[in-house]
Amino acid sequence: MTLREVETPPPRQEEGRPPEVVTARHPLRWLGAAVVLVLLAMVVSALVTNPAWEWDVVRQYLFAPSVVRSVLLTLELTVLAIGLGFALGTVLALMRLSPNRLLSAVAWGYVWLFRSVPLILQLLFWYNLALLYPRLSVGVPFGPEFFDFGTMDLIGPLTAAVLGLALHQAAYAAEIVRGGLLSVDHGQREAAAALGLPPARRLFRIILPQAMRTIVPNAGNEIIGLVKGTSVVYIMALPELFYQVQVIYNRNGRVMALLLVAAVWYLVLTTALSIAQHYVERHYGRGRA
Amino acid sequence: MNGPMVELRGVHKSFGALHVLRGVDLEVRKGEVLVLLGPSGSGKSTLLRTINHLEKVDRGSVRVDGRLLGYRQAGDRLHELPEREVLRQRTQIGFVFQAFNLFPHLTVRQNLTEAPLSAQRRPRAEVEPLAERLLTRVGLADKADAYPRTLSGGQQQRVAIARALALEPKLLLFDEPTSALDPELVGEVLDVIKDLARGGTTMIVVTHEIGFAREVADTVAFMDAGRVVEHGPPAQVLDDPLHERTRAFIGKVL
Repeated sequence: MTLREVETPPPRQEEGRPPEVVTARHPLRWLGAAVVLVLLAMVVSALVTNPAWEWDVVRQYLFAPSVVRSVLLTLELTVLAIGLGFALGTVLALMRLSPNRLLSAVAWGYVWLFRSVPLILQLLFWYNLALLYPRLSVGVPFGPEFFDFGTMDLIGPLTAAVLGLALHQAAYAAEIVRGGLLSVDHGQREAAAALGLPPARRLFRIILPQAMRTIVPNAGNEIIGLVKGTSVVYIMALPELFYQVQVIYNRNGRVMALLLVAAVWYLVLTTALSIAQHYVERHYGRGRA
Repeated sequence: MNGPMVELRGVHKSFGALHVLRGVDLEVRKGEVLVLLGPSGSGKSTLLRTINHLEKVDRGSVRVDGRLLGYRQAGDRLHELPEREVLRQRTQIGFVFQAFNLFPHLTVRQNLTEAPLSAQRRPRAEVEPLAERLLTRVGLADKADAYPRTLSGGQQQRVAIARALALEPKLLLFDEPTSALDPELVGEVLDVIKDLARGGTTMIVVTHEIGFAREVADTVAFMDAGRVVEHGPPAQVLDDPLHERTRAFIGKVL
């Protein structure tokens, strides 16, 4: 009824200005907003007024050299694991999509295995690889060997952590990249083929940039997950952020304050990544209104 | 030199149990415009796609300018060429799709220059001016830096035609180039194709536009159930068809 009234032209327009529009009021929305505002005020008050949070201790340790070093190690682990993980994941995704049955099956098997075993178990496995293979060598399978290493010398805690995180990440990255490649319209492949573009060019210039629109949001999830996920390597006594704050609070007993230090740093890192993701998405969204 | 531009002999193609092409013979002379008509499902598009090896034939041969396409003959066997060779052959054949298939993340100019630069390895100094000339030719010189999504369907298809021309191909293939367009945009695309036809480009056009066939085609071929059932000058095929199937189809379309 009201719709019709709006659509019919005002009856005697020549007599004055056209009628003004008054937007509807939403009292329930206002009420909801007021409730949320009160709750927020309660949270802030609880954080600020309770001295047990020890904000001065937080300030004191936030930029302590050992904490900053541990943040850098967390970053290093994240960057290496994501870089290697997505590189291997892209190869796995391409293998999975290959018409060759063996390549496709091996990629499927990899994803199945590395997604199925808990990360913490994989990390311990790499860490203790020397128990299985005290020496590693490079050579022809069942044939002569060219290089030979002691496993303990080659795979220290840092290498084991990067290896474990990257191989685990690769399984997830493979599925994300595969999903992205499949999301690109088949006509794009055909047009690129019809124009005679070489295979590598088709992939890197035509298909992948379009697949990135689907890949980036999921990859963003994974990267942010991994920043926090690196904290599991504390079991290998690597002084990344989470391990380091534990070391400090075991010494001085300021548990909550130091957990807060870690939380602040994780927030800073993930916020920076979220902002970066926004710009990366905008880059790959060009040409789409 | 005087041989046909396109020569198909006994071409068969199946998709699983579906026998789409059932022994097609067809010849297109140099400079000739062939319009391929036929009901949907008759195999027109598949036939067109075999001519640049987007579809591999199961039996028979496709020659373009005297060269076997996609294969090398040894005795009575055809060996598939390595992909690099197939790609090189494709750069001599322009293909225009029904759905345009422009690259949405590249500008109009980049769409045009991509294949000449990376597939033909021609210098940028030569390719950029060529792209400008081609865009002028299809009436879109001011859209070089636009992204395809910002263009109308008719403009996108004209860009797609310019992109195919940028390879300077011997042969142009059009797969229902106006079927995805709003009716008022069909004319601008057909005008570009007519202009190319007058310029002496050899082309094969799959279309339902009978008026266009009458005006532009040197020959018209009518396909039904995977075979070319009629092939001749437009006046004969369109106005005085020999076959009942052709007569029925043209009666329906007109």
